[in-house]
Amino acid sequence: MNDRKEIDRGLKTDLDGRLREINQRLGRDIDPEVKEKSRRRNSAGMALALRVASEFVSSILVGAAIGYGIDWLLGSSPWVMIVFLLLGFAAGVLNVMRSAGDFSTVHDIKDDGNEGR
Amino acid sequence: MANDPIKQFELKEYIPLEIGGVDISFTNSSLFMVATVVVTSAFLLWATSGRGMIPGRAQSLAEMAYEFIANMLRDAAGSQGMVFFPLVFSLFMFILVANMFGMFPYFFTVTSHIIVTVALALLVFFTVIIYGFYKNGLTFLKLFVPSGVPAPLLLIVVPIEVISFFSRPLSHSVRLFANMLAGHITLKVFAGFIVSMGGAGALGVAGAILPFLMTLGLTGLEFLVAFLQAYVFTMLTCMYLNDALHPDGH
Repeated sequence: MNDRKEIDRGLKTDLDGRLREINQRLGRDIDPEVKEKSRRRNSAGMALALRVASEFVSSILVGAAIGYGIDWLLGSSPWVMIVFLLLGFAAGVLNVMRSAGDFSTVHDIKDDGNEGR
Repeated sequence: MANDPIKQFELKEYIPLEIGGVDISFTNSSLFMVATVVVTSAFLLWATSGRGMIPGRAQSLAEMAYEFIANMLRDAAGSQGMVFFPLVFSLFMFILVANMFGMFPYFFTVTSHIIVTVALALLVFFTVIIYGFYKNGLTFLKLFVPSGVPAPLLLIVVPIEVISFFSRPLSHSVRLFANMLAGHITLKVFAGFIVSMGGAGALGVAGAILPFLMTLGLTGLEFLVAFLQAYVFTMLTCMYLNDALHPDGH
């Protein structure tokens, strides 16, 4: 392999080598894998920005709705709803923390998507 | 009024139909859903019909879409998650193409109606529940019981996890619907300013440049949002499907 490269360098027929050379000369990012990763990180960040607010609000609403439903069944209005509204708030915070956790695992150079969730 | 920003979302019945007291008329929404499905399928069939070893432009676009979704699903749900690939890919293509259709002037945006996005979100939600129970049996309920939590705390933690689980279809659907709706209304409002300022003499015409620039910028932003919302919806679908596959994974 190395021998061939030695021979080919003079003739410039080694496609990989030529590509690397032109990329270096143009000052481009050479490693395609690194580039792909940073691009994915970027779009993941924007996706996170769009997620956080709606997840927080929807948990509170669903918590209140479940509480209201139980109240309606038991006739204990408004106590269960108050409790579930607060639980919904906690769930909202949990959801936001979870998406932030996903975010930080994306930012580590850890490729295992199942970890830390 | 010509520039009523809400009017673009009105349903128009093209073919009135009613079966068993249920109104299933063919509306402009149905038309654009059919168009979305037809255009997506036709494009993908046409693009991959050549089966070139070296893909042409259309084929590499189709392959890029395939790999984009396949990687996303594999990252989020592991290789077992690939059984859901047809579902996830269809969802992504449907939402993406429907959103992009919405960017054409005079076109109807299917995803700006909450009934459509709720249907899609509930499809994912019930897939997760049914497949989760089918695959894991009652261990699927471990999803609500995080490991390593002391027993007394479970009294609080389990309801929180349940609320968090049931809030998913809501946030999943509202996010897509609200972004599309709000974006299109904003666009229409600013475009309406151009017309009304243009009618107010020479100073108005000069001033109309400002809302014009805003509309120009917003149009670009809307294209980004149209793509990002399809991406976010699909990514969350993958994450939810991961819970169905590995309920004790977190």
